[in-house]
Parts: sequence; C-alpha cells; structure tokens
Amino acid sequence: MQVFGKTQDNLWTLIAAPTIWGFHFLFSYFLAAYRCAPNADIFKDIGGTRVAIAGVTIVCLLLILLILRRAWREWRAEGGGYQNAKDTPEARERFLEFSTLLLALLSLAAVLFETMPIFVFWDCR
Amino acid sequence: MRPRISAISALMLPVLSGCKGAQSAFDPAGVESERVLQLFWIMLAGGTAIWAVVIGLSFYASRGKTGPYSDRSGVRLIIWGGCVFPTVVLAGLLYWGLEIMPELRRPGDGPTIAVSGERFWWRVAYAVEGEPGVVRDLPRGGIPSANEIWIPVDKRTEILLSSPDVIHSFWVPSIAGKMDAIPGRVNRLVLEPTETGVFNGACAEYCGTAHALMGFRVVVVPEDEFEAYLEAQAQPAAVTDSPGLELFLQNGCAACHTVRGTPADGDVGPDLTHVASRLSIAAGILPTTVENLAAFIASPDHLKPGVEMPAFGVLPEDQIARIAAWLGTLE
Repeated sequence: MQVFGKTQDNLWTLIAAPTIWGFHFLFSYFLAAYRCAPNADIFKDIGGTRVAIAGVTIVCLLLILLILRRAWREWRAEGGGYQNAKDTPEARERFLEFSTLLLALLSLAAVLFETMPIFVFWDCR
Repeated sequence: MRPRISAISALMLPVLSGCKGAQSAFDPAGVESERVLQLFWIMLAGGTAIWAVVIGLSFYASRGKTGPYSDRSGVRLIIWGGCVFPTVVLAGLLYWGLEIMPELRRPGDGPTIAVSGERFWWRVAYAVEGEPGVVRDLPRGGIPSANEIWIPVDKRTEILLSSPDVIHSFWVPSIAGKMDAIPGRVNRLVLEPTETGVFNGACAEYCGTAHALMGFRVVVVPEDEFEAYLEAQAQPAAVTDSPGLELFLQNGCAACHTVRGTPADGDVGPDLTHVASRLSIAAGILPTTVENLAAFIASPDHLKPGVEMPAFGVLPEDQIARIAAWLGTLE
C-alpha cells in the first residue's frame, strides 16, 4: 500500500491475498455443497454454479495479481534481497513486501487449484 | 549370487502372494479398480523418482559439494525445485485425478441393487428403483437377500447404499473403490466388473465390535446366469414339513428372520429364504454348512462378538441340529 508515495506495509497488506484465497475457498465450497450435497439429480447440469465460481475466480485472481504486482514493484524498487535480519524500519518493510509477494503467489496457485473442478465436473456425480 | 536371489525371492513370496486373490486391489477385476491401481503405480513411480532426486541432492550437498552456495543459486533452487516443480506436478496430478471421477460415475446400464449396512451384516435387495439423496431411505421391497451380491459381468451395476444405525463403508477392493453407507442418506456406487468370479467385500469404516467380521461376497457371473439367479431368488423357499421348521417357529426365530413361504416374516435379521444357496453365513465369516449353521445358532456371540442375535445354546443339541439341517435345505 502506498501513502503519499511511501510504502506502508503492515500485517493487513500481508494477509490480503490469503484472505481473498480464503474467501474464494469458502464461496466455491459452500456453493458447490449447496448445489451438490443433497446428492439428488446428480446428472443434472450445474452450469450456473460453474459460471458463478468462474466469475468470482476471475475477480479473486485479478485482486491477487494486483497485490502481487504492487508487492513485486515495491520489493524490486529497493533492489529486492532476501536478508531480513536487520532491526530497522527499512528491513521490516522489505520483509513484509517479500512475504506479501510469496503469499500472493501461494494464493494465486491455491485459487487456480480450487477452480480446477469446474473444468472437469459438468454435474454433481 | 543365485542362492542369494533365491533367498530374496523366498522372503518376498509371502509378501507378494498377498497382492493376489479375491480381496486385493492389486489384482483388479473391475474398471474402477484398474484405474485406481494405475493411479497407485504412477504415484508410486513419481514418488520414488522424487525421493531419489531429493536423496541424491542431499547426498551431493553433504558429500559432493561442501562449500557455501551463492544466494542466487540457493534462491533459484528453492524457486524452481521447491515451488514451481511441486506446483506443476500437483496441478497435473489433481487434474488427472479429477477427470477420472465423472467417467467412473457415469450412469449404470445394469441392475440397481439396494445394500444396507447394518451392525454387523449387509441387507441386500435386488430389482429396486431408487435414487441417491439426503434425508432419504433405501427403497423397500425388491428381492431380498443378505451378505452376498450377484452382479452381471461387463455391466454397470448401481449399488444404492445406506444404513439404519451407524456409518459403514462398502468396499470390494478387486472391483471398485469404497463408498460410505450413511444413515439418512442414500449413496451411489457403480460396480463394473470385467471378470467373472467370487470376490470378497468388507466393511471399511469401523462400526462396532464385529466390524472386522462384517464381510460379504460378490459373485460376478454372465448376464443370463444373473437373470436365472434373480428368478430363483424371487421364489419362496421350497419348504417341506420338517421338525426343523416347527422348531424354528416355536423358538422365536421368526421374530427376526423371514423365510418366504412360511409364517416366518421377521425383518430384524437376514432373510433366510435361500440361505443354503449362499456361499457363506454370518456375513462372510463361515462357509455355509449345516455344522456351521448349528454352531452359529448355539453361540453366535462366540463366533461373532457383538452380534445382536441371542445365543440359543440353551436348546438341546438335537433341536439345534434339526433347525440347522432344515436351514441347510433352503437352497
């Protein structure tokens, strides 16, 4: 997050991407469970559910990509680096930026994994 | 060298012989079990390859190159070896595993059989019509049987599963994967055997004291043989007036067991109309012989701890023998 041109990373910016991943997981899980857990009409097409999950997935991926881009830019702006042992505001900033970057990558992969079933399952079987 | 190979073979023999037989996922006789075994071998090969690479790398790191690594090469190793490689491999495996499922669960083209897991036996009903679903019970009626399921080869038989007591799991390792039988819910499993024969099934979810003794047999036969079997099972018992029948009725057996064609119409325990035609009694644990029937009547709890049937050992031995002999005629 940039305020007056300066980065201000904190725990909220750090957990933004995993929170989106969590939201995506719950949304997909609850919607699929709502549609398929009754275990009835298992051969009925679930196109609506798949489209809804696809839509939310696109929004979630875009948001995670924005977080990723921001974290990457800020981390690279100061030359990157993986040493975070110093007890200074700058080192803390680099640590948070790099951690945000890694968590955003993990969240991106996780959201893609969670979405895979909609390309395979056309019904509830 | 040769004696050493023989010794290794001799040691491996008991282990590998366990991979064959009527209850082995390593000896598939069904479409689903073949796919599951294929999945297992590929996972095993992949797991072995990754293990070998990791062990090789750690050996190289500790013995081959003992000097320090640059930051750059260390990060590159972590990114490619620790992040990109597992993500790509897991994505591939996940997609492959997922795309197997709809194919295995496509609609059946064979009979529909209702199977109820009950502590500690399997209630079977052929020729039923029903659907899977929650807040639903298994369809009633049909042609009743117990602990033995006949299905036609090369047909997709739909098994509808449920339970009136606790969760059980229906598993025939040679033919398909397992599926839970859950109270208040009807689940669906498709069995598509590719070979004829007799296969063992088991309860694969701990359900109580006699869980390990809750087995069943699956008999896979050609379709015409299956039709003939169903027709025979639909008939009432070929009952003759016998002291065994009288004793069966006098001693209250009819309160729990049905023998169609007699006044016995209990619904608690297995239907015994054609009990002598089955390969085993007491849910797959004993071959069907008059001696085993008598032993089970006398002390079921001894043979199958936890069974709900009371012991009839208080009856004189000759009476038990007569009941068993009569049951032995019910083919």
